[in-house]
Amino acid sequence: MEMINIIILAILVNNVVLAQFLGICPFLGVSGKISTAVGMGGAVVFVMALANLVTYIIQFFILVPLGVEFMQTITFILVIASLVQIVEIILKKVSPGLYQALGIYLPLITTNCAVLGIAILAVQKNYNMIESVVYSAATGIGFTLAMVLLAGIREQMELTGYPKGMKGFPITLVTAGLLSLAFMGFAGLV
Amino acid sequence: MSALKTLTNGLLKENPTFVLVLGTCPSLAVTTAAINGIGMGAATTFVLLFSNLFIALLKNWIPNKVRIPLFIVIIATFVTIVDLVMQAYTPDLYNALGVFIPLIVVNCIILGRAEAFAQKNSVFYSILDGIGMGIGFTMAITLMASIREIIGNGTIFGIHLLADGAKTVLLFIMPPGAFITYGFLIAIVNRLKKIYNF
Repeated sequence: MEMINIIILAILVNNVVLAQFLGICPFLGVSGKISTAVGMGGAVVFVMALANLVTYIIQFFILVPLGVEFMQTITFILVIASLVQIVEIILKKVSPGLYQALGIYLPLITTNCAVLGIAILAVQKNYNMIESVVYSAATGIGFTLAMVLLAGIREQMELTGYPKGMKGFPITLVTAGLLSLAFMGFAGLV
Repeated sequence: MSALKTLTNGLLKENPTFVLVLGTCPSLAVTTAAINGIGMGAATTFVLLFSNLFIALLKNWIPNKVRIPLFIVIIATFVTIVDLVMQAYTPDLYNALGVFIPLIVVNCIILGRAEAFAQKNSVFYSILDGIGMGIGFTMAITLMASIREIIGNGTIFGIHLLADGAKTVLLFIMPPGAFITYGFLIAIVNRLKKIYNF
């Protein structure tokens, strides 16, 4: 039951993009088409779950025993950046098909603040290792959901008219605002 | 390139928030009250200034291939300093900004300026650029936070503007208000840019 709560909270109620404002850059930048949004979302779910597993181990088996928790920011960002590089190299060798699908999105993830943000938040929420991985995977799914929804709306919007002055970022942001408003309806679900 | 031009570049012409659209996460997340805008802006300006300074100082010794990880280490060092100082001296602001203080490290404005400016220019100009960009960012998010605070809560910097019992649009201090305010502000800045050609 606890797990289901974590999953529903992470995907719908506290959606990472629409309620917590993490990972806005790829959300606005890569949401032009549904297919790219799905690819990016898949890469984020994978990297986020892996990054949370690794940062959990670092936090509770290295930083806390040594009493150097203030090093959290600097170690986490370096670990995430190198993790993304390693995943890219391994995928290229082991699974060229998956690499083709996710490859171009992987470098973008290093600068995705959602990955670092969720790693820090999972530590703050005192999750255990399994909860932490489930939480991050569910957050990644929430990210994908928000991005695919926005991409779908933007594809339709290109076919209809809207004020010229709102072209580009402004109309995308207002659309995201309305999506966020819709997601507020999930409040109180759990 | 004059010193004055470098300093004022970040204020309007290349404003990081409204024109370059960088650092969007903190711009949307912390702008629920004007004071948060100032706090976040000051913290980011500090990191921006010192990371620009150190990257400009060390640029001749940083090998090109590993420059990004090294930049991140320099930036993360200053973020850790800001984090600890704010935790000690401004606990209320620290709690209000929450996870977005450690996340200054992935704020694309800072890495962007390191990459686009500090590693190519002298120490003096890099400092000016850091200050200009920092102030531009602070002004932009404080403006956004003020608008949201006035419409959503009827206050600015905690000072009441409306009569008791007057209705406010609560939506504006909730997440949807952030996206909508930001969208319209970018549209307005784009329009002004076209009219006055800056």
